[in-house]
Amino acid sequence: MKDNAVLEMRNIHKSFPGVKALQGVDFTLRKGEVHALMGENGAGKSTLIKVLTGVYGKDEGDIFLDGHQGPIAIHSPQDAQNVGISTVYQEITLCPNLSVAENMFIGRTKGMGQNWKKMNKDTEKILQSLDIPATATQQLESCSIAVQQMIAIARAVDMDCKVLVLDEPTSSLDEQEVAKLFKLMRDLRSRGVGIVFVTHFLDQVYEICDRITVMRDGQLVGEFPIKDLPRVKLVSKMLGKELDDMADIKGDQKEYERKAGAVPVLEAEGLVSDAGIKPFDFHIDKGEVNGFTGLLGSGRSECVRAIFGADRVTGGHVKMNGKPVKINKPLDAMKNGIAYLPEDRKVDGIVGDLSVRDNIILAQQVLKGFFKPFSKAECYKIADEYIKLLSIKTASADTPIKSLSGGNQQKVILARWLFTHPEYLILDEPTRGIDIGTKIDIQKLVLKLASEGMSVTFISSEMDEMLRTCSRLVVMRDRKMVGELSGQDLNQNKVMSTIAGGDK
Amino acid sequence: MTIEANKKDNPLMKLVRNQMFIPLLALFILALFNLIADPGFFAITLKENSAGNPVLSGYLITILDYGSELAILAIGMTLVTAASGGQDISVGAAVAISGSVLLRVLCGSNTRPETLQAPIIVAFLISCVVAALFGAFNGVLVAYFKIQPMIATLILYTAGRSIAAWINNNELPVVSDETLTYFGGYIPGVPIPTPFFIAVICLVIITLVLKFTNLRLYTQSVGINQSSSRLNGLNPEMIKVITFVILGLCVAVVGLIKVSRVSTINYSVIAKDIEMDAILAVALGGNALSGGKFNMASSILGAYVIQFLTQTLYKFKVQSDALPAYKAIVVIVLVVISAPTVKDWFSSVTKKFKTKEVA
Amino acid sequence: MNKKTSGGFGDKIKNLTDTNLLLSITIIVFFLMYIGAIIFQGQGFRNPQAFLNLLNANAALIILSCGLSLVMITGGIDISVGGVTALVSMCCAVYLDFKGGNVFVSVLIALAIGLLFGAFQGFLVAYLDIQPFIITLAGMFFARGMTTIVNTKPFNVANEAFKALKNTRVVVPGLGTTNRRGIYVDAYVEIGVIVAILVVIVMFCMLRWTKLGRNFYAVGGNRQSALMLGINVKRTRFLSHLFCGLLAGIGGFVYFLHVGSGSASHATGAEMDAIASSIIGGTMLTGGVGNIAGTFFGVLSLGTIQNIVSTAGLDQAWWTGITRALMLCLFLVIQSVVMARKKKAKA
Repeated sequence: MKDNAVLEMRNIHKSFPGVKALQGVDFTLRKGEVHALMGENGAGKSTLIKVLTGVYGKDEGDIFLDGHQGPIAIHSPQDAQNVGISTVYQEITLCPNLSVAENMFIGRTKGMGQNWKKMNKDTEKILQSLDIPATATQQLESCSIAVQQMIAIARAVDMDCKVLVLDEPTSSLDEQEVAKLFKLMRDLRSRGVGIVFVTHFLDQVYEICDRITVMRDGQLVGEFPIKDLPRVKLVSKMLGKELDDMADIKGDQKEYERKAGAVPVLEAEGLVSDAGIKPFDFHIDKGEVNGFTGLLGSGRSECVRAIFGADRVTGGHVKMNGKPVKINKPLDAMKNGIAYLPEDRKVDGIVGDLSVRDNIILAQQVLKGFFKPFSKAECYKIADEYIKLLSIKTASADTPIKSLSGGNQQKVILARWLFTHPEYLILDEPTRGIDIGTKIDIQKLVLKLASEGMSVTFISSEMDEMLRTCSRLVVMRDRKMVGELSGQDLNQNKVMSTIAGGDK
Repeated sequence: MTIEANKKDNPLMKLVRNQMFIPLLALFILALFNLIADPGFFAITLKENSAGNPVLSGYLITILDYGSELAILAIGMTLVTAASGGQDISVGAAVAISGSVLLRVLCGSNTRPETLQAPIIVAFLISCVVAALFGAFNGVLVAYFKIQPMIATLILYTAGRSIAAWINNNELPVVSDETLTYFGGYIPGVPIPTPFFIAVICLVIITLVLKFTNLRLYTQSVGINQSSSRLNGLNPEMIKVITFVILGLCVAVVGLIKVSRVSTINYSVIAKDIEMDAILAVALGGNALSGGKFNMASSILGAYVIQFLTQTLYKFKVQSDALPAYKAIVVIVLVVISAPTVKDWFSSVTKKFKTKEVA
Repeated sequence: MNKKTSGGFGDKIKNLTDTNLLLSITIIVFFLMYIGAIIFQGQGFRNPQAFLNLLNANAALIILSCGLSLVMITGGIDISVGGVTALVSMCCAVYLDFKGGNVFVSVLIALAIGLLFGAFQGFLVAYLDIQPFIITLAGMFFARGMTTIVNTKPFNVANEAFKALKNTRVVVPGLGTTNRRGIYVDAYVEIGVIVAILVVIVMFCMLRWTKLGRNFYAVGGNRQSALMLGINVKRTRFLSHLFCGLLAGIGGFVYFLHVGSGSASHATGAEMDAIASSIIGGTMLTGGVGNIAGTFFGVLSLGTIQNIVSTAGLDQAWWTGITRALMLCLFLVIQSVVMARKKKAKA
């Protein structure tokens, strides 16, 4: 092992059916450093972390840990805990039905018995020292998500760990909570703990980290001390593009101008759903591409879900082409010519075991009605047509969709909605977790569809995609619509400052 | 990729991968076993039955006869399994209810009527409606109250036979009309048992329904991914309820056959343990009990194979009350070999074996 | 309880853990029902012995329900317990009568059968990850079938030592009453009740004050999280089924002790009663929520219902079946509604 290193992963390989998630990745963590693990969605960060913490087994490679002779074997999260690797995941991995104190101590105390008194007392102490607003005896489910996240961190911190892995822990925390977390991290760093920090927020990386490891497409790009890697360079490493490429980010979209007297394709007024968003107004014109932007959890998906009737709509009016319509469920929206490609492809998009063909015809088939199935010949014709049109890579139209790669699955879902010939197409994170080539294909397609007169709402976490395709951006913050940008205002700085709130 | 291609080219592998392979293999093994043990199992003779009609008899005919009941239930059970990823364990109790309703309508207030108080068709339709309602009850618990299907149907499983007894005030009506016996026995002049024809009719209906409606696509898609189905405009709750209602209709048909066989009803014995056989038929047909894709023909073949097994056991003097023990073993073997963990383990073993062979 | 006067009542409900909320509902329902029965049907319910008889009749069910609560808390289900009870009765009966065996060995037989079922089912469920329902359904049919194979006809046990044990009455001091002729009659419970109460106490303490007990809750609450928290999920699920099997063995013997015979139709529907008791006692089918104390009251509620129905003159067998099913249905719906409400209140 290298000097001062607390953890070393060498030549890690891991593949899932159809995907090589990790290809020979090295990673070194030193004592008393905060080490950022950076990469786009699908770069393999999460897989690497899960290999380290024993959730996945690795196909190849070795893991070395300070104080252990030779490579160590980690077969389960329990093993990882025992050798001193604690992890806090993005999604809360605590038990909602247990009390706060139990969640702090379960699975890591010695002995057979459960000493409630001591456990509650210890928990109160930890909660107090970390300033977490919860009581030891409270049921975890009754705490807010942020508090639950803090408790997960407190648990990890309380275990005398050598390595602390924080996998996007800040995505649900507000500024003050993040500050508290950082204080904690500095404290641990000074005690010699090595911290792996995965995040999407660049500011946070430059505020707290000492070193950065960048990954892309399951491969290691490189390891850099923080001072050697300014932001722009980091971004270009993550995206795998040179700076010059990035300069020409302003795209080929049309300038947004509202024609006087034009009737919008869809107009919503005071729309609100039970998903916790504030009422919002929204409109989109024929042939327009607009977008919702905002941080994760700002309510951008909830807005489009309300338009599509995917969440229960609790108030507001919607007009299509000037005529009032009622949209209470997805079918209503589909009948009115709205299509929605959902954010979570696996959960809401694909019907895994069904063939590509069935997945393509599904939505239009539902629209057509229960008693009018497409004939087999029609199905094949349609499927082949769209497979060719979107150049979907599949063995045949009969292949189950789940055996396709992420990008091709997404294209199938896109084909499904294009086949309904919608007037208004909503794409919620269509480019998440898919390869760059497909991303560009999808962006081009959006612009082409718009030029043919379709209205499109495009949502993406990646700013440059939005700026390249949209002619108008709706900005969300804290589940509220806070601004609308178009024309000259459509640049990175302006968008950022609107998202952050208050002009700087 | 090359391995995939190899697999496809090999006709034997193709056969093994076919869903019908498991029930066919089971059938083959059972037939072979009987052939060796006693070829008399396959004998079919033409005899006169008690009504003086010449009818076919023999073990195979009995399988065709009783397997048909199971096949009809397997139709509904397959759909329920596909859409809700669980099974209905109340079918036996529901058969008791629908049979009881049928008799109640046929007999009116008199338990031993000289003549029928209502046409059989009317009684059957009413029992269909009642069975469909009980199906809908199960379906609503599953779909709208989100209770696991087996737990939800456990309610009717317990209460069903009591309800059946209550419908007829715990009396045992006996029908003396001869026409009623046709459904579970033989139509004069036809030597093949009627339940087989009824099963064929049900099969034709379900085939037509699957061909001319989207029932297959909808149930499969709800069973595989409910959330996604909803976003594609489907109403998953409604579709689940519909599958339970269809199962209810199948139950009513079986109720008619069961009652017709004896012209009366025994609430605690009628269709006893039939839920086990129906579930077994679906599983033996190679359908995933966790829902999703299904193969109807395979389920139905599975039903007849189960009856084949039952008949074989009877032949070897196994008591009817002891049958479940043997079938339980079959169930466990089936679910164990189809469990993903076991499959993974198995494929890794074969892989190792193959690489050794190559080396 | 007036909502307006106790302003903090809503808040209190929100702060109750799920387990305690459902437990309170159960206990309140039970006492209301029992008091109602005393007021409207008088006689049969006022006598302390009536209450003890409730225990005498339901001792086996209490033990079976404890086992079911345990698997349900862990997020599973076991419907083989009724079948196992029948098999245990039959095996013990055959052993005691034909083999002239001693009672102690028959207890061991009962425990062994229970453990075997629990271990086998637990292995398939936990380590091969097969749906518990289908496995235990097969287990139920297997046990029932085996009972017939062991001995076809029901019969009473004539073994003297066993009979003595069966007829042993444990006097409960202070609860006796004077009968119409003025003679003081001691109140008593059977041996089975003592066993049942011991089981309840042990199970309650295990679930409350041992790490293993809390692991059951964690695994039922969120299996994935429990794994991440460093709990051996497979072993925990296996143990839940093993314990349930063991309790089915014990419950089976207590049942056998109560009825004193072996029969393939013994304990028909007991699995359903045990599940119903657990659910009425506040155990969530979805796992992670439940309390043995609740289960105890759940069994008593079910027993009381049965007594009320038969006292009201509706003693036909089907009425009990229907009322029990209705009660289960009612509590299932209450559970799903209460939980939905609670979730909404939080949001």
